Amino acid sequence: MPGLGTSFGRGGATTAQQDLSNADCVLIEGSSMAEAHPVGFRWVMKAKERGATIIHVDPRFSRTSALADIWVPIRAGSDIAFLGGLVRHIIENNLFFRDYVVHFTNASCILREDFRDTEEGATGLFSGWNEEKRMYDKETWLYEGEPNLSFPKRDPTLQDRQCVFQSLRRHFARYTPEMVEKICGISPALFHKVADALVRASGPDKTAAICYALGWTQHSKGVQIIRTASILQLLLGNIGRPGGGILALRGHASIQGSTDVPTLYDILPGYLSMPKGDGTEETLRDYLAHQTKPTGLWHNFPAYFISLLKAYYGKNATAENDFGYSWVPKLTGNHSFFEYLYDMADGKMEGMFMMGQNPAVAAANSRFQRTSLSKLKWLVVREMVEIEAATFWRDSPEIERGELKSEEIETEVFLFPAAGHAEKEGAFTQTQRMVQWRQKAVDPPGDARSEGWFMHQLALRLIAKAKKSNDPLDEPLRALDWWYPEDRHGEPHMESVLAEINGWSTNPQTDGDGVVFGIDRDGNPHHGAQIDGYPKLKSDGSTASGTWIYAGVFGPDKINKANSRDSKTFLGHGWGFVWPGDRRIIYNRASANPSGAPWSERKKLVWWDETQRKWTGNDQPDFPVEKSPEFRPNGNETGLDAIPGDAPFILHEDGLGWLHVAKGLQDGPMPTHYEPLESPVKNELYSRDTNPVVNWYTRQENRFAPPGDPRFPFVLTTYRLTEHHTAGGMSRFLSHLAELQPELFAEMSPELAAQLKIDNGDFISIVSLRGAIEARALVSRRIRPMQLNGKTVHQIAMPFHFGSAGPVKGSATNDLIPISGEPNVTIMEAKALGVNIVPGKLPRGPAFEEWIRKYIPEGGPPNLHPEQPPPGASAGAQSGGHGQQGRPDSR
Amino acid sequence: MTSLSALLSKWPLVRQIREGADGTGLEAMSDKTRAMHARIDGAEVARSVCPYCGVGCGQLIFHKNGKLISIEGDPESPINQGNLCPKGAASYQLLTHSRRETKMKYRAPRAKEWQEIPLDRAMDMVADRVWESRKRTFVHKIDNRTINHTTAICHLGGATLDNEENYLIRKLFTLGLGMVCISNQARI
Amino acid sequence: MIGEGTLSTNQRKHSYVQERVEVGFFTDPSVCIGCKACEVACKEWNQVPDDGFTWSGNSYDNTGHLGASTWRHVMFLEQDRQKGNQVSGPMSLGDEDPFRWVFLSDVCKHCEEAGCLEACPTGSIVRTEVGSVLVQNDVCNGCGYCVVSCPFGVIDRRPQPLPDAGGAFKCTFCYDRQKSGLVPACAKVCPTESIVFGRLDDLRARGAERVQQLQQSGYRDAQLYDPTETSVRGIHAFFLILGEPEAYGLPPKPQVPTIYLKSAWTAAFATAIASIIATLAAFAFFS
Repeated sequence: MPGLGTSFGRGGATTAQQDLSNADCVLIEGSSMAEAHPVGFRWVMKAKERGATIIHVDPRFSRTSALADIWVPIRAGSDIAFLGGLVRHIIENNLFFRDYVVHFTNASCILREDFRDTEEGATGLFSGWNEEKRMYDKETWLYEGEPNLSFPKRDPTLQDRQCVFQSLRRHFARYTPEMVEKICGISPALFHKVADALVRASGPDKTAAICYALGWTQHSKGVQIIRTASILQLLLGNIGRPGGGILALRGHASIQGSTDVPTLYDILPGYLSMPKGDGTEETLRDYLAHQTKPTGLWHNFPAYFISLLKAYYGKNATAENDFGYSWVPKLTGNHSFFEYLYDMADGKMEGMFMMGQNPAVAAANSRFQRTSLSKLKWLVVREMVEIEAATFWRDSPEIERGELKSEEIETEVFLFPAAGHAEKEGAFTQTQRMVQWRQKAVDPPGDARSEGWFMHQLALRLIAKAKKSNDPLDEPLRALDWWYPEDRHGEPHMESVLAEINGWSTNPQTDGDGVVFGIDRDGNPHHGAQIDGYPKLKSDGSTASGTWIYAGVFGPDKINKANSRDSKTFLGHGWGFVWPGDRRIIYNRASANPSGAPWSERKKLVWWDETQRKWTGNDQPDFPVEKSPEFRPNGNETGLDAIPGDAPFILHEDGLGWLHVAKGLQDGPMPTHYEPLESPVKNELYSRDTNPVVNWYTRQENRFAPPGDPRFPFVLTTYRLTEHHTAGGMSRFLSHLAELQPELFAEMSPELAAQLKIDNGDFISIVSLRGAIEARALVSRRIRPMQLNGKTVHQIAMPFHFGSAGPVKGSATNDLIPISGEPNVTIMEAKALGVNIVPGKLPRGPAFEEWIRKYIPEGGPPNLHPEQPPPGASAGAQSGGHGQQGRPDSR
Repeated sequence: MTSLSALLSKWPLVRQIREGADGTGLEAMSDKTRAMHARIDGAEVARSVCPYCGVGCGQLIFHKNGKLISIEGDPESPINQGNLCPKGAASYQLLTHSRRETKMKYRAPRAKEWQEIPLDRAMDMVADRVWESRKRTFVHKIDNRTINHTTAICHLGGATLDNEENYLIRKLFTLGLGMVCISNQARI
Repeated sequence: MIGEGTLSTNQRKHSYVQERVEVGFFTDPSVCIGCKACEVACKEWNQVPDDGFTWSGNSYDNTGHLGASTWRHVMFLEQDRQKGNQVSGPMSLGDEDPFRWVFLSDVCKHCEEAGCLEACPTGSIVRTEVGSVLVQNDVCNGCGYCVVSCPFGVIDRRPQPLPDAGGAFKCTFCYDRQKSGLVPACAKVCPTESIVFGRLDDLRARGAERVQQLQQSGYRDAQLYDPTETSVRGIHAFFLILGEPEAYGLPPKPQVPTIYLKSAWTAAFATAIASIIATLAAFAFFS
């Protein structure tokens, strides 16, 4: 979540869903909240009942639009132009919240003289661009004279030509309502309607909130879309205040949890970077020096990291062996899913574990996904049903068409039946950073087991093998602290894992206060008292914590707070645990004015109590509790001591909200409109069409159509239906959900249907350069043709839940989607791409091959887009590929 | 005769005559109807969380004698206050439907069908596969720099798993085995 | 207000059955998001089988209408009209190009004068303590008289090969839940409280207030659908609707077909009872 992370400091939603009911305006864009998060939307409805204006910006008139006050149809992939237009409008008309902006954001900070904007020559490139490496040298993006970002020079009048505010103003100067109309297809009148509603609902006495989901993230510039929204909210003064904020709507029960406690290649729990193997982080000392920031909360990085190593390697991690740092594997490039998928396709991947994910349906270019799976030596799938990824060797469209033959596929497949959510205990972290424990109700049926059981049983087997071997390569396995007590089914006590995630004093105590699960598998004392928060973590090995940001969830009071169920306030204090430190609305120091008083009675949340000399209020203050609002650093301080008393964003070196992100993004300090990788039009603003740093993953099976390609004239956007869940493993197989949406369809306008001579309900085939699928036409005025600078552009919208297994079957929409890598998070562009529509069904069996060749020529170069590099060329900041060096700056 | 009259007296028509009602009210209720009550009465309840989207609705899991009975929204949750969406409302079916897999299945190379194998044996086989693949592909050093990883075993998934499970996955796979190819839905 | 959800009548335990309080549903499409949670929660609780996997092409409605295996049904109406003061157009800022999408969760109306109940010859259909109309499946013989007698086309016989095929089914108002003080599953689940459960008199007052409130805020075509002037003499599950009832498939003046036959049935019953008594008497005499 670098969009929110770089703007505010933490990669998580800034507010709570319930708090939406306090908003005076809710802008929902990049999400159909009523459909994908219906119960979260109840709070939007409560806001509406209280008079708030609800705005929905979406290519499709969805169930969310139906309940909104204003629906703004937008061309898919043009969000930065629209939001940038709002930023310009607010700056040019002096509508921003000046006190908030001057004190709480970096608007006043002075940038380097040699910083160059995309606007100079309208190249779409910032200074530092390296065409050969396809990446930026980011030095010129820093503050003038302060590369550490700790104590920037500032101009509170915001008049200095080099200050962030003036730079931002110049950057968005051409994003006029007229330009918005040309790019997004939104009329100036409608644009002003939205701008007025937002501005009217912002200020000391009002707040507006923004909600988004994958409609923003799944773009070639998704992070920068979220950045634009962050800039908008900072200018309007809506972060850290009740009824304000940005709510990232997570699509899975534990998406937030799986980034906090990550199963992602480049971060360790609590957003600590994985060490790199390029020589810069060879020793623990190098690594800590590289990662630790002089000011702000990240100054305590060594305490968080060493406590993590103590959690991983226990007593085997000592000061003498650098706490086992050499055992931690080092990254040699981008090892994210698409990178290793290409290795798989090339036969370089031997084995794969797949737990609760179905790339044969859910992942981009799913046809390529399925054929790549057949190159594995072995595959372990853990699922509740027989998903497509487990049966690609028997039931896939490729088998049906003769492209793959079961008897030629060497892959061994293990399908482990998985336990369901009521059949095991454990915690999910939901969309607003709330950790909630689930109590176990019943045992799983038959051979079904939890992932906890699986990992535990696998670990015991592998550690036993390692103990028998003398191979030095097995040392990390031998050192691993696998101490977990288990029940009679061999299931580890998951609360003991939560205890480790929280952290403890490492000195073993036999019967000390505050100790939970103190005995290891051999019956020996294992650890000391639980710690009650991350400020208690030390860098000397005396503490361990598996996820520092979760510290406090299971403290010395021995109460599993994730399991607490006594909600006392509307923010839910007493119910679950919200990281960090149970703060429900983060950056809430911003809910008080610079001198510490609430901006208004109506919007008060946290304030400075002068008599007690501390911050207090209706939420846990997200600020050093005793730091006076009057405090100003003298420039010699470190850590949190360096943060001024009027700087609410304490993870940032300067404590400010970042309108300009000097460090941490690959594709620019400010958001810039680029066209989607496949677009019906050229970029109106710049000579460059696409994000220069994007990874195209150029390959013959993964080609992109050039701008305006007449073979693929229609824009396809994809979305989730209320009635289904992602790849459908948890919905398509259930009769009560399957009957509600039993078939794949494509929504299109009556105008497009008439043009193609298609009637509602007809079978149609949809073709992209990656493949072809079949669906029913659902003709509705809910989709409108867009007028872009005199050109009519038709959009179609399709859900993506279907596949070849289960009671309701259908094509996988993701067969059409290309693999691509947004430069910061390596996410694909699934929400805007080029397709064609052919009336009628797809041919079955081997006839398909002949049919599709009419639309997708077999030969030719793999890089058809003029801005796309050839295969093997440096593919941008996120490249590096497997076995190569790359990615000099991962932060 | 007594049994017959007892039987007859239960017949709604007779009851209605006796009670003087019009035969459409309580007098016409069968024994089954009279005995009706919610099947969650007296059940045990586990407090849980919906496994679908990221909203995080509280759920009450009603169960009796090791069997699930019903799943409903938790009225005390500050998030959902007792409500659920259609997917959350289908959670009971999610756990009990007939297409759910409950047997360990194995597909041998080039096979056209699954075979069922014992769970323990499958665990041993997987441990062997991991061990062998890791041994074959582990990189200790590159140009004298410590690497200690393998890029030939990968993991995908996690966004529907528990934090504790993800924690164990990362601990064993990355910190124990040196697997760096780790990804989940939060990225793709 | 914030936090009121737990106090909502949709979540609160009650003792309406024991107190013999008339209860109802008030369903309000102005806050319905068309999520269909009501359909699913109903089926999950009442263990109703699926209604077939047929894609209709009619907006997002694939269950079509109420029937033996669909007791809550969400309608999806795409109309060329404006919803309140909603702005919903690409270029337009008024009602020159109006469009709206309305969702309404339909259900058995539990009529004051219920056609199904009047027509039922077996005594299978009864009126409960809370005024709802209940089909007793252990009594129903599947004759189907109720099916043709419902002015709303709600009740139906379940076809083969579904479980309990042949019997007539419809919404039970979750009578079993209500006996235990629980709220019907559809109302409990509804994320936006478009479906409200409660005392009928309270709901009527709430409905009237809501219509007024909506009309004042631009929903000029908001009205209550609660026919009391016709022979159904009022319904226990009533609706707020935008526009005319016909658009929702609701008869503007629903009539109970059997109403004129009531006296005839009573006469027939009397005859039948007399003959049965005679038979029994004879039986008793000879035994």
